[in-house]
Amino acid sequence: MSSLFHLLPRVAGDSPSEYVTHHLKHLSEPIGQGGFWTINVDSLLMAVVIGVLSMGIFWLAGRRATAGVPTKFQAFIEITIEFIDGQVRDVFHGDRRFVAPLAMLIFVWIFLMNAVKLLPVDLPPSVAKSLGFEYFRAVPTTDLNVTLAMSTMVLFLMFAFAIKAKGSLGFATELVTAPFHANGVLMKIVLAPANVGLNLIEYLSKPVSLAMRLFGNMYAGELVFLLIALLFMAGSKFMFGDDGTLITHAGGALAFLGAIIAGAGWSIFHILVISLQAFIFMILTVVYLSMATESH
Amino acid sequence: MDPTTLALLAQIQSSTALAIGIIIGLGALGACIGIGIMGSKFLESAARQPELVPMLSGRMFLLAGLIDAAFIIGLAIALFFAFANPLLSAITG
Repeated sequence: MSSLFHLLPRVAGDSPSEYVTHHLKHLSEPIGQGGFWTINVDSLLMAVVIGVLSMGIFWLAGRRATAGVPTKFQAFIEITIEFIDGQVRDVFHGDRRFVAPLAMLIFVWIFLMNAVKLLPVDLPPSVAKSLGFEYFRAVPTTDLNVTLAMSTMVLFLMFAFAIKAKGSLGFATELVTAPFHANGVLMKIVLAPANVGLNLIEYLSKPVSLAMRLFGNMYAGELVFLLIALLFMAGSKFMFGDDGTLITHAGGALAFLGAIIAGAGWSIFHILVISLQAFIFMILTVVYLSMATESH
Repeated sequence: MDPTTLALLAQIQSSTALAIGIIIGLGALGACIGIGIMGSKFLESAARQPELVPMLSGRMFLLAGLIDAAFIIGLAIALFFAFANPLLSAITG
């Protein structure tokens, strides 16, 4: 009798630990010798494909836009744009011609990258396996490199906005005179190292917390999905296994049912989490840019 | 594997297991207290000024994500240690 367990995609080894570590390995390509530089091909590929796809959808909507009665597709795009523009208007006071499209790019891109996680955890690796690749992680935001790259770009944008608003001299003066202000020249010099240190920490903590928040949420969610998949596999193994008593079969059925309920619940919860994390990344970017343009 | 290696492995695994419990437990404690305080304040203000509920609920969700973040990051690190313990590599190679 062939059991359902054997029909499940067997992309990894049998032990739970092997299964999880297999699913957490990137399809990576070392550059040069020694492996100092490695490119995670899967994250890059998925991120670029999703980015092109999402911007393509918006480009299509922009080309097909009419002033008359909008189609459902155009209405949906308009709702998205108006929602994000409204959020940016609340936070960023000034010229929004660059910030609002940036916020929209960040929100839509991160949201779609996160949404890949709602695919079954075994589907992308087994598709990659049938194409001949040993490892494949489909969700780019579960890769710390991707989130850190995005937040580093936000940091550079913060510098650019600060320099544009205050001039390079004004920005440099603020680095040494804020947050501790002094009146005398002597006190200004005394307080300068503390000011520089605090500003450095402030500027570095922002992108790190931004990246870690998104990465941590997505990575933990991915691991819990893997655990649910393990429970599902163990349950089906005991339920349909040839050996074992009635009690093991019943226990397997219970675990199977529990895995289905847990998977459904965690997926529904994750619909909230993926949109919330994309929204938080977007709104904090706008807040940081707004802080960078305002002087102390 | 010789007994000394096994004993070392067991030592590392037991301390890691304790650490995972502490990370998840203390993180959940803090996040729950934070969410509880914020939720109670939200309900209070919603009862006081019901017309502000749409504005406040958006901000409440934003803050819920921010409060949860530290706990979720801890959870991710703890789960990572549960399945691919990097500290074991000193022994297993």
